[in-house]
Amino acid sequence: MSTSKPSLKALASLAVALAGAAVAMIFFIAPEDADQGLSQKIFYVHVPIALTAYACFGLGAWKALRLLQTRGERYDFESYTGIHQGTIFGALTLLTGSIWAKASWGVWWTWSSNQLVLFLVLFLFYCAYFMLRFSIAPGPQRERISAVYALFGVALIPVSFFAIRLASDFIHPTVFTRDGPQMTGEMFAAFCTAWAAITLLAYVMYRTELAGKRTDLNLRELREMLAQ
Amino acid sequence: MSSGEKYVAAAYGVFLVFVLVWAAIIAAKLSRLERETGELVRLARARPATGEDADG
Repeated sequence: MSTSKPSLKALASLAVALAGAAVAMIFFIAPEDADQGLSQKIFYVHVPIALTAYACFGLGAWKALRLLQTRGERYDFESYTGIHQGTIFGALTLLTGSIWAKASWGVWWTWSSNQLVLFLVLFLFYCAYFMLRFSIAPGPQRERISAVYALFGVALIPVSFFAIRLASDFIHPTVFTRDGPQMTGEMFAAFCTAWAAITLLAYVMYRTELAGKRTDLNLRELREMLAQ
Repeated sequence: MSSGEKYVAAAYGVFLVFVLVWAAIIAAKLSRLERETGELVRLARARPATGEDADG
């Protein structure tokens, strides 16, 4: 592991501390929303999870681009791990979003909201990434095909993100507008803390998963060498 | 518990369960890697003896 990177233990501790601070701010400092009441508190976990999913998919695509540029094998694992994290956070986005929809709109899902449907398309697109990847034998061909697929998916991220602003249904709330965040200072501080905690947690998970996958690969190579 | 409280608890609960499941999966994987490393160490220790026999 590179010594220039901050230690995983320190980052994990910071993520836990930030998560604790975020929970305290969300439930004890941030005021209750006048319109939605208590159910608006789901916003502080749902939106950061969604933004983290976008970031993970973006990271996966960036590593895929680096793989195609340099042919560096390590980028294949990094891209795969980023997309795996993005899919997990994407599933969480859909789950927490469904719960919030039921609390606010009275339905678990609505096909009339472009934001929801586009996020589902993005999620399913990256789910198909795993089917593609594991249908090809390991090697340079699989690395390149997976990288190209990962790069195609990144185009859906801005479409999904800005769909809410372009949509005409206005079912999904728009909190961040050109005039800034439509919430009080306490709410915004709680949101930023929750966002930082979840992003950091995702990064810790990314590095842990990557270390596990690399160790797995090294052990497999070692076993093959010892078996000869 | 009111309806709003139940939904908030469910949303935060889903996230907490996810973190716990992820930690359990990583713990299981770490345990497997530890076992496999131990097997490889035993295999590597056994190798020089085999090599000496072959040479001798």
